[in-house]
Amino acid sequence: MVEELVATRTTPLSGTYGGSGLARLVIAGDATRLSVRAGEEALGALSGALDIELPRAPLSASVTDGGYAFWLGPDEWLVINEHGEEMIPRLQGIEAPFSAVDVSHRNVAVTVVGPGAAAAINAACPQDLRPDRFPVGKVVRTVLGKAEIVLFRKEENTFRIECWRSFAPYVFGLLDQAAKDTAY
Amino acid sequence: MLLIHCPYCGEARSELEFAGAGEAHIARPENITEVSDEDFAQYFFMRTNPKGIHYERWRHIHGCGRFFNAVRDTVSDRFLKTYKTGEPKPDRAEFEGEGR
Repeated sequence: MVEELVATRTTPLSGTYGGSGLARLVIAGDATRLSVRAGEEALGALSGALDIELPRAPLSASVTDGGYAFWLGPDEWLVINEHGEEMIPRLQGIEAPFSAVDVSHRNVAVTVVGPGAAAAINAACPQDLRPDRFPVGKVVRTVLGKAEIVLFRKEENTFRIECWRSFAPYVFGLLDQAAKDTAY
Repeated sequence: MLLIHCPYCGEARSELEFAGAGEAHIARPENITEVSDEDFAQYFFMRTNPKGIHYERWRHIHGCGRFFNAVRDTVSDRFLKTYKTGEPKPDRAEFEGEGR
C-alpha cells in the first residue's frame, strides 16, 4: 500500500497581520494571476474570455466581483482572480496573437487599510497619493524601497500592493514599520 | 527628486522608476556586412557627448516598461521634452533660449 503524499504550497507571510491602528496590513488571500501581453486586435477576445475588460487607458483598472485587470503598460496587463479560477484554459481558441503566463504564485498581495495607509506607503514609495492625483481605481507599477510593486487604490483608504513573493518579507517589514511610525 | 514625464503613462514620475539607455536616434547600418571596421566603430562606440542639449533614450523600467526618447540639458540636468519612440527628433531650435 503506497501512501499518497501531497505537497501543499505555502505562501510567504500567509495569514500575517501587522501595521497599526491607522494603517492595518493584511496579506490578501490566494488568487490566480495572469500576466497578459497583447496587441489591440486581441483585446476584445481576451476581455470576453477572461470575463473582465482589459482597460485601454493608461494607469486604469477594471474591477469585477473578485476580479481585477490592471493596466501595466501599453500592451501589458495583470489579471487577478480572487476566486482562484483557472484562467489559462479559457484562452484556448483565440486566433489573434497574445501571450498569457500564469504568475499566480509569483506574487503576494498586501492590503493596507486605514486613514494612515497613504502615509505608510509614502514612507518608501515616490507616488503622489493625494486623492486628486491618485484617485480610487488608479493603478501604477512603481517602487517601494528597493522592491518593484503594483499599487492599486481600491478605496479611498484601501490599497492593494502586489509584490514578488521573494520580496514579500521586505515589503511587509517596511510597511509594518512605516505604519507604526504613522501612528505617532 | 527629479521627475521625468513618461509619454506612455502620461504623467511625471520619480527618477527612481527610470533607467537611462544611452544616446537616441542612432540607426544601425542596413548593410552591416559591408561596413568597414572604422565605420562600424563610429556607429558602435562613438557618441556625441555634448555639453548642453542631448537626445537620449530612457526606459520606464519600474513603470510601464517602455523605452522612450528625451531631450535633456546636460548642464542643468533639466528634461526639456520626452516623446514616444518612433516620433520625429525635435528640432533643437525648439529649446534654444528657453532659460534652461
